[in-house]
Amino acid sequence: MSEPTHHAHTVVHPKVYAAVFGALLLFTALTVFASSLELGVFNAVVALAIAVIKATLVVLFFMHIRYSSKLLKLTICSGVFMFLVLITMTLTDYISRAWGLW
Amino acid sequence: MDSQAIATLPEHGHAEHEHSPHLHHHFATEDQQREASNFGMWLFLLTEIMFFGGMFTAYLIYRNWYYPAFVAGSHWMKIWAGTLNTTVLICSSFTMAMAVYSAETRKRKALLRYLSLTLFLGFVFLGIKAYEWHNEWVEHHVPGLNFSINDFTHVDPRYPLDKPLAPDMAEKTQSYFSLYFLLTGVHALHMLVGVSILLFLIFNAWKGAYTTGHMTFIENFGLYWHFVDIIWIFLFPLLYLISRHQ
Repeated sequence: MSEPTHHAHTVVHPKVYAAVFGALLLFTALTVFASSLELGVFNAVVALAIAVIKATLVVLFFMHIRYSSKLLKLTICSGVFMFLVLITMTLTDYISRAWGLW
Repeated sequence: MDSQAIATLPEHGHAEHEHSPHLHHHFATEDQQREASNFGMWLFLLTEIMFFGGMFTAYLIYRNWYYPAFVAGSHWMKIWAGTLNTTVLICSSFTMAMAVYSAETRKRKALLRYLSLTLFLGFVFLGIKAYEWHNEWVEHHVPGLNFSINDFTHVDPRYPLDKPLAPDMAEKTQSYFSLYFLLTGVHALHMLVGVSILLFLIFNAWKGAYTTGHMTFIENFGLYWHFVDIIWIFLFPLLYLISRHQ
């Protein structure tokens, strides 16, 4: 009756956390270094790409999404997709109102 | 686990009292209860993405409109402080992940240690942020309260290649600083909320909570804390780094 229930839920090993932690620190150093290079528009592209990679690592491992159900994965993907749709539509509006000025 | 988590009551779902005392009666299994709770937390975090997303979009649009002003404004950011704060937050995300792990493996002392470390790092972040804000106040870079375009209509000695801005464009640096204070301010507010909840968690953990098998609160707070870290991961390059050379 009082037998403790054990979760079928995946327990992530600290080694995985440590590896992700190391990668995040490495990418932070990399983004600061990349900002010191003269890359023109690609400064922003590189910085945002690194930020997306870091955020993905946090979501997948620290927030356990890699080990979660398809329902949760799909919900998060559709939420992020919706966010991108909203940004795109807002920008479409702004760009087309001041045509040629961007 | 996937199919189980979304399944409704299995046939033997009400096999009398074989479940843990933490399982609410409207859930079939602990995994299902856990997933329902995480799912709700994620829905909240998605609304938070939309909330911050609106401000990020505003930043994007104004940056394109008043590009020289945004470049000149961001040249006044202290990159060392931003880098240090990014590192502090990443460390705190790691200690938070370890706190969740300690709760999962039911180690009370380790849980208390990692939660306290997370709390400490949260305070360090806020301290560095306060130091930066104080500097911006001293430099007259706070729109509406204490602002002067002086720094932008003259050549910045640290960026001798910069051309001084015309007075009308120099005024637009206020847009940069307004968005800077808005974004970092709302982020710091989230940190303050996080730190307050952490104090509550530490108090409960000290009394022995979360290490008896029921840890959804710790887990969901972990999700919140990591989310706040992710926001900073985007704020740091956008506000501090990308205009370094322009």
